[in-house]
Amino acid sequence: MSNWIDACAKEDVEAEDVIRFDHSGQTFCIYRSPEDEFFATDGLCTHEQVHLADGFVMDNIIECPMHNGRFDYKTGAAKGAPVCEALKTYPVKVEGERVFVDLG
Amino acid sequence: MADSIVIVGAGETGARAALALRQKGFTGRLTLIGAEPSPPYERPPVSKAVLAGEAEAPPVVVLDKDLAAKEIDYLAGTQVEAIDRNAHEVRTGDGQTVAYDKLLLATGARARPLALGDNRPCLLLRSREDGFALREKLKPGVRLVVIGGGFIGLEVASSAVARGADVTVVEQASQLMGRAVPASIAAIMQRRHEASGVKVLLEQDVRELDALDDADIVVAGIGAIPETELAQSAGLEIDNGISVDGRLSTSDPDIFAAGDCCSYPHPLFGDARIRLESWRNALDQAEHVAGSILGDASPYETVPWFWSDQHGLSLQIAGLPQFAKATVQRVLGDGSLIEFGLAEDGRLVSASGVAEGNKIAKDIRASEMMIGGKMSPKPSDLADPNVSLKSLLRR
Repeated sequence: MSNWIDACAKEDVEAEDVIRFDHSGQTFCIYRSPEDEFFATDGLCTHEQVHLADGFVMDNIIECPMHNGRFDYKTGAAKGAPVCEALKTYPVKVEGERVFVDLG
Repeated sequence: MADSIVIVGAGETGARAALALRQKGFTGRLTLIGAEPSPPYERPPVSKAVLAGEAEAPPVVVLDKDLAAKEIDYLAGTQVEAIDRNAHEVRTGDGQTVAYDKLLLATGARARPLALGDNRPCLLLRSREDGFALREKLKPGVRLVVIGGGFIGLEVASSAVARGADVTVVEQASQLMGRAVPASIAAIMQRRHEASGVKVLLEQDVRELDALDDADIVVAGIGAIPETELAQSAGLEIDNGISVDGRLSTSDPDIFAAGDCCSYPHPLFGDARIRLESWRNALDQAEHVAGSILGDASPYETVPWFWSDQHGLSLQIAGLPQFAKATVQRVLGDGSLIEFGLAEDGRLVSASGVAEGNKIAKDIRASEMMIGGKMSPKPSDLADPNVSLKSLLRR
Protein backbone atom coordinates (compact mmCIF):
# COMPACT_ATOMS: atom_id res chain seq x y z
CA MET A 1 0.00 0.00 0.00
CA SER A 2 1.27 3.45 -0.83
CA ASN A 3 1.52 6.15 1.78
CA TRP A 4 2.81 9.26 0.01
CA ILE A 5 3.97 11.93 2.45
CA ASP A 6 4.79 15.51 1.49
CA ALA A 7 8.40 15.70 2.72
CA CYS A 8 9.80 19.03 1.54
CA ALA A 9 10.03 21.57 -1.25
CA LYS A 10 12.45 20.89 -4.11
CA GLU A 11 14.33 24.06 -3.23
CA ASP A 12 14.91 22.84 0.33
CA VAL A 13 17.58 20.45 -0.96
CA GLU A 14 20.58 21.73 -2.87
CA ALA A 15 21.89 19.72 -5.79
CA GLU A 16 24.22 16.92 -4.66
CA ASP A 17 23.17 17.34 -1.05
CA VAL A 18 20.93 15.88 1.63
CA ILE A 19 18.46 17.05 4.28
CA ARG A 20 16.81 15.41 7.26
CA PHE A 21 13.08 14.64 7.27
CA ASP A 22 11.20 13.39 10.34
CA HIS A 23 7.77 11.79 10.26
CA SER A 24 5.75 9.86 12.86
CA GLY A 25 8.70 9.22 15.13
CA GLN A 26 10.90 8.01 12.28
CA THR A 27 13.76 9.87 10.67
CA PHE A 28 14.78 9.90 7.01
CA CYS A 29 17.15 11.53 4.54
CA ILE A 30 16.04 13.21 1.30
CA TYR A 31 18.73 13.52 -1.39
CA ARG A 32 18.97 15.58 -4.57
CA SER A 33 21.36 14.02 -7.07
CA PRO A 34 23.67 15.96 -9.41
CA GLU A 35 21.21 14.95 -12.19
CA ASP A 36 18.45 16.69 -10.23
CA GLU A 37 16.59 13.55 -9.20
CA PHE A 38 15.32 13.00 -5.65
CA PHE A 39 15.85 9.95 -3.42
CA ALA A 40 15.00 8.93 0.15
CA THR A 41 16.58 6.55 2.69
CA ASP A 42 16.42 5.82 6.38
CA GLY A 43 18.09 8.62 8.33
CA LEU A 44 20.50 6.70 10.51
CA CYS A 45 23.71 4.98 9.47
CA THR A 46 23.56 1.20 9.89
CA HIS A 47 26.96 1.26 11.64
CA GLU A 48 26.44 3.36 14.78
CA GLN A 49 23.09 5.08 14.39
CA VAL A 50 24.53 8.45 13.41
CA HIS A 51 22.28 10.74 11.31
CA LEU A 52 23.38 10.78 7.69
CA ALA A 53 21.92 14.22 6.97
CA ASP A 54 25.16 15.73 8.33
CA GLY A 55 27.11 13.62 5.85
CA PHE A 56 28.84 14.47 2.60
CA VAL A 57 27.18 13.71 -0.74
CA MET A 58 29.34 13.08 -3.79
CA ASP A 59 27.70 11.80 -7.00
CA ASN A 60 25.42 8.97 -5.82
CA ILE A 61 27.26 8.34 -2.55
CA ILE A 62 26.38 9.54 0.96
CA GLU A 63 29.11 9.32 3.59
CA CYS A 64 28.40 9.01 7.29
CA PRO A 65 29.63 12.19 9.06
CA MET A 66 31.26 10.23 11.89
CA HIS A 67 33.08 7.29 10.44
CA ASN A 68 32.83 7.68 6.68
CA GLY A 69 30.72 4.61 6.14
CA ARG A 70 29.50 4.96 2.55
CA PHE A 71 26.21 4.11 0.89
CA ASP A 72 24.77 4.46 -2.58
CA TYR A 73 21.69 6.52 -1.69
CA LYS A 74 19.96 5.47 -4.91
CA THR A 75 20.01 1.77 -4.01
CA GLY A 76 20.91 1.79 -0.30
CA ALA A 77 23.89 -0.50 -0.96
CA ALA A 78 26.74 -0.38 1.58
CA LYS A 79 29.99 0.59 -0.13
CA GLY A 80 32.73 -0.63 2.21
CA ALA A 81 34.15 -0.58 5.75
CA PRO A 82 32.97 0.10 8.35
CA VAL A 83 29.44 -0.48 7.04
CA CYS A 84 28.22 -3.78 5.69
CA GLU A 85 24.46 -3.53 6.20
CA ALA A 86 22.45 -1.79 3.46
CA LEU A 87 20.36 1.31 4.03
CA LYS A 88 16.60 1.08 3.45
CA THR A 89 15.38 3.22 0.56
CA TYR A 90 11.91 4.65 -0.19
CA PRO A 91 10.17 5.60 -3.45
CA VAL A 92 10.10 9.34 -4.18
CA LYS A 93 8.02 11.43 -6.59
CA VAL A 94 8.04 15.12 -7.41
CA GLU A 95 4.79 16.96 -8.00
CA GLY A 96 5.18 20.60 -8.91
CA GLU A 97 7.63 22.06 -6.43
CA ARG A 98 7.01 19.43 -3.72
CA VAL A 99 8.86 16.18 -2.98
CA PHE A 100 6.80 13.19 -1.78
CA VAL A 101 8.12 10.01 -0.14
CA ASP A 102 6.22 6.72 -0.05
CA LEU A 103 6.63 5.43 3.49
CA GLY A 104 4.48 2.38 2.71
CA MET B 1 51.22 -15.76 -5.20
CA ALA B 2 51.23 -16.44 -1.48
CA ASP B 3 49.69 -19.68 -0.19
CA SER B 4 49.70 -18.70 3.45
CA ILE B 5 49.27 -15.28 5.03
CA VAL B 6 49.61 -14.71 8.76
CA ILE B 7 48.40 -11.55 10.51
CA VAL B 8 49.76 -10.76 13.97
CA GLY B 9 47.37 -8.48 15.85
CA ALA B 10 43.59 -8.73 15.71
CA GLY B 11 42.57 -5.15 16.37
CA GLU B 12 40.78 -3.05 13.79
CA THR B 13 43.75 -3.21 11.37
CA GLY B 14 44.41 -6.94 11.59
CA ALA B 15 40.76 -7.96 11.37
CA ARG B 16 39.96 -5.53 8.54
CA ALA B 17 43.05 -6.65 6.62
CA ALA B 18 41.94 -10.29 6.91
CA LEU B 19 38.52 -9.41 5.54
CA ALA B 20 40.05 -7.29 2.77
CA LEU B 21 42.38 -10.11 1.71
CA ARG B 22 39.41 -12.40 1.24
CA GLN B 23 37.42 -9.69 -0.50
CA LYS B 24 40.31 -9.12 -2.91
CA GLY B 25 40.28 -12.79 -3.82
CA PHE B 26 42.95 -14.39 -1.65
CA THR B 27 41.94 -18.04 -1.28
CA GLY B 28 44.96 -19.50 0.53
CA ARG B 29 45.44 -20.18 4.23
CA LEU B 30 44.77 -17.08 6.33
CA THR B 31 45.58 -16.93 10.04
CA LEU B 32 44.70 -14.04 12.34
CA ILE B 33 46.45 -14.09 15.71
CA GLY B 34 45.28 -11.79 18.52
CA ALA B 35 46.53 -11.36 22.07
CA GLU B 36 43.12 -10.34 23.44
CA PRO B 37 40.62 -13.10 24.20
CA SER B 38 37.57 -11.41 22.63
CA PRO B 39 36.51 -11.22 19.00
CA PRO B 40 38.12 -8.23 17.19
CA TYR B 41 36.36 -5.05 18.36
CA GLU B 42 36.28 -1.32 17.65
CA ARG B 43 38.49 0.53 20.11
CA PRO B 44 37.23 4.18 19.84
CA PRO B 45 34.03 3.64 21.91
CA VAL B 46 36.09 2.32 24.86
CA SER B 47 36.88 5.87 26.03
CA LYS B 48 33.53 7.27 24.85
CA ALA B 49 30.20 5.39 24.89
CA VAL B 50 31.50 2.35 26.81
CA LEU B 51 33.04 4.44 29.59
CA ALA B 52 30.03 6.77 29.74
CA GLY B 53 27.81 3.72 30.12
CA GLU B 54 25.87 4.44 26.91
CA ALA B 55 27.07 1.18 25.39
CA GLU B 56 27.55 -2.10 27.23
CA ALA B 57 30.55 -3.09 25.11
CA PRO B 58 32.27 -1.82 21.98
CA PRO B 59 30.94 -3.22 18.69
CA VAL B 60 32.81 -6.20 17.28
CA VAL B 61 34.51 -5.74 13.91
CA VAL B 62 33.70 -9.26 12.80
CA LEU B 63 31.93 -12.10 14.56
CA ASP B 64 33.64 -15.45 15.15
CA LYS B 65 31.12 -17.17 12.89
CA ASP B 66 31.83 -14.73 10.06
CA LEU B 67 35.57 -15.33 10.44
CA ALA B 68 34.86 -19.05 10.22
CA ALA B 69 32.60 -18.59 7.19
CA LYS B 70 35.42 -16.77 5.40
CA GLU B 71 37.89 -19.49 6.41
CA ILE B 72 39.98 -17.12 8.51
CA ASP B 73 41.68 -19.09 11.32
CA TYR B 74 41.39 -16.85 14.37
CA LEU B 75 43.72 -17.62 17.25
CA ALA B 76 42.38 -15.48 20.10
CA GLY B 77 44.24 -14.87 23.36
CA THR B 78 47.47 -15.91 21.69
CA GLN B 79 50.79 -14.10 21.97
CA VAL B 80 53.31 -14.29 19.16
CA GLU B 81 56.75 -14.61 20.70
CA ALA B 82 59.07 -14.71 17.73
CA ILE B 83 59.35 -14.45 13.96
CA ASP B 84 61.78 -16.79 12.21
CA ARG B 85 62.40 -14.93 8.95
CA ASN B 86 64.56 -17.68 7.43
CA ALA B 87 62.06 -20.44 8.11
CA HIS B 88 59.12 -18.07 7.32
CA GLU B 89 57.21 -18.94 10.45
CA VAL B 90 55.98 -17.35 13.66
CA ARG B 91 56.09 -19.01 17.08
CA THR B 92 53.30 -18.47 19.60
CA GLY B 93 53.42 -18.38 23.39
CA ASP B 94 51.69 -21.76 23.57
CA GLY B 95 54.33 -23.40 21.42
CA GLN B 96 52.64 -23.49 18.02
CA THR B 97 54.47 -22.54 14.86
CA VAL B 98 52.54 -21.08 11.96
CA ALA B 99 54.18 -20.87 8.53
CA TYR B 100 53.76 -17.83 6.32
CA ASP B 101 54.62 -16.72 2.82
CA LYS B 102 53.59 -13.17 3.68
CA LEU B 103 53.33 -11.78 7.21
CA LEU B 104 51.42 -8.69 8.36
CA LEU B 105 52.32 -7.06 11.66
CA ALA B 106 49.31 -5.17 13.00
CA THR B 107 50.50 -5.14 16.58
CA GLY B 108 49.11 -1.72 17.47
CA ALA B 109 50.29 0.29 20.43
CA ARG B 110 50.04 0.11 24.19
CA ALA B 111 49.22 2.89 26.63
CA ARG B 112 52.31 4.54 28.06
CA PRO B 113 52.49 3.65 31.76
CA LEU B 114 53.13 6.15 34.52
CA ALA B 115 54.72 5.40 37.88
CA LEU B 116 53.22 7.62 40.59
CA GLY B 117 55.46 6.56 43.47
CA ASP B 118 54.35 5.16 46.82
CA ASN B 119 52.95 2.24 44.81
CA ARG B 120 49.87 4.32 44.05
CA PRO B 121 47.84 2.66 41.33
CA CYS B 122 47.56 4.56 38.06
CA LEU B 123 45.06 3.16 35.58
CA LEU B 124 45.54 3.11 31.83
CA LEU B 125 42.97 2.84 29.07
CA ARG B 126 43.53 0.79 25.95
CA SER B 127 41.55 -2.45 25.93
CA ARG B 128 37.85 -2.99 26.46
CA GLU B 129 38.69 -4.69 29.77
CA ASP B 130 40.49 -1.47 30.83
CA GLY B 131 37.27 0.37 29.96
CA PHE B 132 35.02 -2.02 31.90
CA ALA B 133 37.30 -1.82 34.96
CA LEU B 134 37.37 1.98 34.97
CA ARG B 135 33.61 2.24 34.35
CA GLU B 136 32.99 0.12 37.47
CA LYS B 137 34.84 2.70 39.55
CA LEU B 138 33.18 5.80 38.06
CA LYS B 139 30.44 6.34 40.59
CA PRO B 140 28.83 9.72 41.32
CA GLY B 141 31.07 11.92 43.46
CA VAL B 142 34.19 9.82 42.97
CA ARG B 143 37.29 12.03 42.64
CA LEU B 144 39.15 11.31 39.42
CA VAL B 145 42.44 12.84 38.34
CA VAL B 146 43.30 12.41 34.67
CA ILE B 147 46.97 12.90 33.89
CA GLY B 148 47.40 14.06 30.30
CA GLY B 149 45.14 16.42 28.34
CA GLY B 150 45.28 14.55 25.05
CA PHE B 151 42.43 12.85 23.18
CA ILE B 152 42.17 9.85 25.51
CA GLY B 153 42.47 11.87 28.71
CA LEU B 154 39.83 14.35 27.59
CA GLU B 155 37.45 11.64 26.42
CA VAL B 156 37.84 9.93 29.79
CA ALA B 157 37.09 13.28 31.49
CA SER B 158 34.00 13.81 29.34
CA SER B 159 32.67 10.30 29.96
CA ALA B 160 33.48 10.42 33.70
CA VAL B 161 31.70 13.75 34.24
CA ALA B 162 28.66 12.28 32.50
CA ARG B 163 28.72 9.55 35.15
CA GLY B 164 28.82 12.11 37.96
CA ALA B 165 32.50 11.95 38.82
CA ASP B 166 34.45 14.95 40.11
CA VAL B 167 37.15 15.31 37.43
CA THR B 168 40.47 17.15 37.25
CA VAL B 169 42.61 17.04 34.10
CA VAL B 170 46.29 17.78 34.51
CA GLU B 171 48.39 18.74 31.49
CA GLN B 172 52.03 19.80 31.54
CA ALA B 173 51.87 21.75 28.26
CA SER B 174 50.30 25.19 27.83
CA GLN B 175 47.33 23.90 25.79
CA LEU B 176 45.23 20.78 25.57
CA MET B 177 45.76 18.14 22.87
CA GLY B 178 49.29 19.28 22.07
CA ARG B 179 50.55 19.93 18.58
CA ALA B 180 47.96 17.75 16.92
CA VAL B 181 45.26 20.40 17.39
CA PRO B 182 45.40 24.18 16.74
CA ALA B 183 45.37 26.34 19.89
CA SER B 184 42.12 28.05 18.84
CA ILE B 185 40.27 24.74 18.68
CA ALA B 186 41.90 23.44 21.87
CA ALA B 187 40.71 26.60 23.67
CA ILE B 188 37.09 26.00 22.58
CA MET B 189 37.30 22.44 23.83
CA GLN B 190 38.83 23.57 27.12
CA ARG B 191 35.99 26.05 27.72
CA ARG B 192 33.47 23.28 27.09
CA HIS B 193 35.23 20.99 29.57
CA GLU B 194 35.22 23.73 32.19
CA ALA B 195 31.55 24.56 31.52
CA SER B 196 30.78 20.87 32.00
CA GLY B 197 32.44 20.86 35.41
CA VAL B 198 35.89 19.50 34.58
CA LYS B 199 38.76 21.27 36.29
CA VAL B 200 41.58 21.80 33.77
CA LEU B 201 45.08 22.53 35.01
CA LEU B 202 47.60 23.53 32.33
CA GLU B 203 51.39 23.81 32.73
CA GLN B 204 51.00 21.71 35.83
CA ASP B 205 53.70 19.36 37.04
CA VAL B 206 51.87 16.32 38.31
CA ARG B 207 54.48 15.77 41.04
CA GLU B 208 53.43 19.10 42.59
CA LEU B 209 49.73 18.41 42.46
CA ASP B 210 47.92 18.36 45.80
CA ALA B 211 44.71 17.03 44.23
CA LEU B 212 46.55 13.80 43.57
CA ASP B 213 46.61 12.98 47.28
CA ASP B 214 42.84 13.36 47.51
CA ALA B 215 42.04 11.44 44.34
CA ASP B 216 40.09 8.20 44.49
CA ILE B 217 41.21 7.19 41.00
CA VAL B 218 44.13 8.31 38.86
CA VAL B 219 44.13 7.61 35.13
CA ALA B 220 47.06 8.39 32.85
CA GLY B 221 46.50 9.25 29.20
CA ILE B 222 50.02 10.25 28.25
CA GLY B 223 50.33 8.68 24.85
CA ALA B 224 50.93 5.29 23.38
CA ILE B 225 54.01 3.26 22.58
CA PRO B 226 54.02 1.33 19.30
CA GLU B 227 54.34 -2.43 19.78
CA THR B 228 57.62 -2.99 17.96
CA GLU B 229 59.43 -5.55 20.12
CA LEU B 230 58.52 -8.52 17.93
CA ALA B 231 59.69 -6.74 14.78
CA GLN B 232 62.83 -5.47 16.48
CA SER B 233 63.81 -8.94 17.72
CA ALA B 234 63.39 -10.17 14.16
CA GLY B 235 65.87 -7.53 12.99
CA LEU B 236 63.38 -5.34 11.10
CA GLU B 237 64.03 -1.61 10.83
CA ILE B 238 62.42 0.48 13.57
CA ASP B 239 61.96 4.25 13.36
CA ASN B 240 59.22 5.57 15.67
CA GLY B 241 57.37 2.33 14.98
CA ILE B 242 58.01 -0.46 12.52
CA SER B 243 59.49 1.33 9.54
CA VAL B 244 57.63 0.65 6.29
CA ASP B 245 57.82 2.07 2.77
CA GLY B 246 55.01 3.67 0.82
CA ARG B 247 53.43 0.26 0.16
CA LEU B 248 53.58 -0.54 3.90
CA SER B 249 56.30 -3.15 3.36
CA THR B 250 59.00 -3.49 6.04
CA SER B 251 62.71 -3.93 5.35
CA ASP B 252 61.84 -7.62 4.70
CA PRO B 253 59.79 -7.81 1.46
CA ASP B 254 57.70 -10.68 2.86
CA ILE B 255 56.73 -8.75 5.99
CA PHE B 256 54.31 -5.82 6.07
CA ALA B 257 53.10 -3.58 8.89
CA ALA B 258 50.02 -1.38 9.22
CA GLY B 259 48.10 0.68 11.76
CA ASP B 260 49.33 2.27 15.00
CA CYS B 261 52.51 0.17 15.06
CA CYS B 262 54.10 1.46 11.85
CA SER B 263 55.69 4.66 10.56
CA TYR B 264 55.53 5.47 6.87
CA PRO B 265 56.57 8.23 4.47
CA HIS B 266 53.66 10.47 3.49
CA PRO B 267 53.81 11.87 -0.05
CA LEU B 268 51.49 14.80 0.80
CA PHE B 269 53.92 16.04 3.43
CA GLY B 270 57.22 15.81 1.55
CA ASP B 271 57.59 12.12 2.41
CA ALA B 272 57.98 13.00 6.08
CA ARG B 273 57.86 9.81 8.12
CA ILE B 274 54.73 9.80 10.24
CA ARG B 275 53.00 7.36 12.56
CA LEU B 276 49.28 7.77 13.15
CA GLU B 277 47.20 6.47 16.02
CA SER B 278 43.77 6.80 14.54
CA TRP B 279 40.85 4.58 13.73
CA ARG B 280 40.47 5.78 10.14
CA ASN B 281 44.15 5.12 9.52
CA ALA B 282 43.72 1.61 10.92
CA LEU B 283 40.87 0.95 8.49
CA ASP B 284 42.45 2.56 5.45
CA GLN B 285 45.87 0.99 5.95
CA ALA B 286 44.25 -2.41 6.45
CA GLU B 287 42.58 -2.09 3.09
CA HIS B 288 45.75 -0.80 1.44
CA VAL B 289 48.14 -3.35 2.90
CA ALA B 290 45.87 -6.18 1.79
CA GLY B 291 46.40 -4.94 -1.77
CA SER B 292 50.16 -4.55 -1.25
CA ILE B 293 50.48 -8.10 0.10
CA LEU B 294 48.72 -9.36 -3.02
CA GLY B 295 51.11 -7.45 -5.28
CA ASP B 296 49.66 -3.94 -5.74
CA ALA B 297 52.52 -1.42 -5.98
CA SER B 298 50.59 1.80 -5.29
CA PRO B 299 51.69 3.98 -2.36
CA TYR B 300 49.52 4.72 0.64
CA GLU B 301 48.69 8.42 0.46
CA THR B 302 45.34 8.76 2.22
CA VAL B 303 44.85 12.10 3.99
CA PRO B 304 45.17 11.63 7.77
CA TRP B 305 41.86 12.09 9.58
CA PHE B 306 41.09 12.14 13.31
CA TRP B 307 38.03 12.74 15.37
CA SER B 308 37.10 13.05 19.02
CA ASP B 309 33.80 13.48 20.87
CA GLN B 310 33.80 15.42 24.13
CA HIS B 311 30.72 16.75 25.95
CA GLY B 312 28.62 16.74 22.78
CA LEU B 313 31.21 18.67 20.78
CA SER B 314 32.84 16.90 17.91
CA LEU B 315 36.33 17.64 16.76
CA GLN B 316 37.46 16.56 13.32
CA ILE B 317 40.88 17.07 11.77
CA ALA B 318 41.89 16.30 8.21
CA GLY B 319 45.54 16.58 7.24
CA LEU B 320 48.33 17.49 9.64
CA PRO B 321 48.18 20.96 11.27
CA GLN B 322 51.83 20.73 12.34
CA PHE B 323 52.86 21.08 8.68
CA ALA B 324 51.09 24.44 8.27
CA LYS B 325 53.07 27.67 7.83
CA ALA B 326 49.99 29.93 7.86
CA THR B 327 46.45 29.58 9.15
CA VAL B 328 43.03 30.86 8.11
CA GLN B 329 39.95 30.73 10.31
CA ARG B 330 36.36 30.26 9.21
CA VAL B 331 34.03 31.35 12.00
CA LEU B 332 30.64 29.71 11.61
CA GLY B 333 28.70 31.81 14.09
CA ASP B 334 27.13 29.13 16.28
CA GLY B 335 30.34 28.50 18.19
CA SER B 336 31.67 26.32 15.38
CA LEU B 337 35.12 27.04 14.03
CA ILE B 338 37.32 25.63 11.30
CA GLU B 339 40.99 26.47 11.16
CA PHE B 340 42.76 25.75 7.90
CA GLY B 341 46.49 25.21 7.63
CA LEU B 342 48.39 26.27 4.50
CA ALA B 343 51.88 25.29 3.42
CA GLU B 344 54.42 27.88 2.32
CA ASP B 345 53.29 27.55 -1.30
CA GLY B 346 49.62 28.06 -0.36
CA ARG B 347 48.66 24.40 -0.57
CA LEU B 348 46.01 23.31 1.92
CA VAL B 349 47.57 20.85 4.41
CA SER B 350 45.03 20.72 7.23
CA ALA B 351 41.51 21.57 8.31
CA SER B 352 40.58 21.32 11.98
CA GLY B 353 37.03 21.90 13.07
CA VAL B 354 34.94 21.87 16.20
CA ALA B 355 31.15 22.05 16.44
CA GLU B 356 28.06 20.78 18.20
CA GLY B 357 27.21 17.33 16.92
CA ASN B 358 28.34 16.59 13.39
CA LYS B 359 27.83 20.03 11.85
CA ILE B 360 31.32 20.45 10.46
CA ALA B 361 31.58 16.95 8.99
CA LYS B 362 30.70 18.00 5.44
CA ASP B 363 33.17 20.87 5.50
CA ILE B 364 35.99 18.75 6.87
CA ARG B 365 35.28 16.09 4.25
CA ALA B 366 35.39 18.68 1.45
CA SER B 367 38.64 20.01 2.93
CA GLU B 368 40.07 16.51 3.10
CA MET B 369 39.43 16.12 -0.62
CA MET B 370 41.14 19.44 -1.34
CA ILE B 371 44.15 18.38 0.76
CA GLY B 372 44.33 15.05 -1.07
CA GLY B 373 44.02 16.88 -4.41
CA LYS B 374 46.94 19.19 -3.46
CA MET B 375 44.70 22.20 -4.02
CA SER B 376 45.53 25.79 -3.04
CA PRO B 377 42.16 27.43 -2.35
CA LYS B 378 42.12 31.22 -1.92
CA PRO B 379 42.43 32.12 1.78
CA SER B 380 39.58 34.64 1.36
CA ASP B 381 37.27 31.83 0.17
CA LEU B 382 38.32 29.60 3.07
CA ALA B 383 37.59 32.38 5.55
CA ASP B 384 34.15 33.22 4.13
CA PRO B 385 31.42 30.98 5.64
CA ASN B 386 29.15 31.88 2.70
CA VAL B 387 31.48 30.16 0.24
CA SER B 388 30.68 26.45 0.03
CA LEU B 389 33.86 24.43 0.52
CA LYS B 390 32.43 21.78 -1.73
CA SER B 391 32.15 24.35 -4.53
CA LEU B 392 35.89 25.07 -4.18
CA LEU B 393 36.58 21.44 -5.03
CA ARG B 394 35.30 22.00 -8.52
CA ARG B 395 37.45 25.01 -9.36
